[in-house]
Amino acid sequence: MTKFLLPLGGFIAIFAFLFIGLGLNPREVPSPFIGKAAPTFELGNLHRPDSRFGTQDMAGKVWLLNVWASWCVACRDEHPLLVDLAKQDTIPIVGLNYKDKQDQALAWLKQFGNPYRVAVMDADGRIGIDFGVYGVPETFLIDKKGIIRFKHIGPITKKAWEEKMLPLVRELQKS
Amino acid sequence: MKRMIASVLFSWAVATGVAGANDQKELDAVGKARAVALAAELRCLVCQNQTIADSHAELAVDLRRQIHVQIAGGKSDAEIVDFMVTRYGDFVLYRPPFKATTAFLWLGPALFVLVGVIVLLRFLRTRRTRAQSDVPLTEAQRKMAAELLAGATPRESQ
Repeated sequence: MTKFLLPLGGFIAIFAFLFIGLGLNPREVPSPFIGKAAPTFELGNLHRPDSRFGTQDMAGKVWLLNVWASWCVACRDEHPLLVDLAKQDTIPIVGLNYKDKQDQALAWLKQFGNPYRVAVMDADGRIGIDFGVYGVPETFLIDKKGIIRFKHIGPITKKAWEEKMLPLVRELQKS
Repeated sequence: MKRMIASVLFSWAVATGVAGANDQKELDAVGKARAVALAAELRCLVCQNQTIADSHAELAVDLRRQIHVQIAGGKSDAEIVDFMVTRYGDFVLYRPPFKATTAFLWLGPALFVLVGVIVLLRFLRTRRTRAQSDVPLTEAQRKMAAELLAGATPRESQ
């Protein structure tokens, strides 16, 4: 009996591993930042370049840091969702304009709507590196103490927002 | 499908970008060799199966510049690797460190070889004992076999 059960068991084990592997997205590299303090930055405001905006301005708030760029097509996918969130005043969103040109970024926001409380310019992508950004869009959920609680890679879908992010946002806002 | 399109666009977004300012200081020969060696040890998170030395993705270019700047700034190799790992995690290393989460990764192949060797040894042993137990037939068995071959109904023999 074991003569058949052993290979069968082996087959099932390999099958299970490969099947789970198929469902994983290799693009979603786990962020080492979850549960750690967000890197700090102070950057020029996209709309008023002479004024600076930094992480300390968001202290005591639960907020989203959304990394986007006008050259990023996938950003258009998630943009209506962000605009909705801003309209409903669910959570303040700060836009990190990653490796972009100011005039193009401004034109883009004019065209698609501006969901950002503040948008800052990371023209050379240096702050992006500090946040471990490796693609655009990426979104970080940061709590009142400045700890990164969640990272979403790629465009935020309605499903991801409602199932994963919103419950966490509500919980963090209560505490 | 929508998801697929989004991921394609996402990877495209990664590949195109706006080049940053070039603020590199010239490195000496030792520094250059270190920069190349480090870049060959680090994974490009955009292409994933290329090192940042091989990759032409924007991010790889930026990270190569970062290595360059840090070497020029007098940072050690360990400090630079640490800089990358705190930002991108162990995944950025082509040789991930040995710890609880990577134990199966490192020990897995040895484990499979071990299991294979054990199975092989057991198989060989049973085959050998089977070969040794190949004793000649008794007289009664021989007679029974002969009758069977002749087509007669065999009588039950003691």
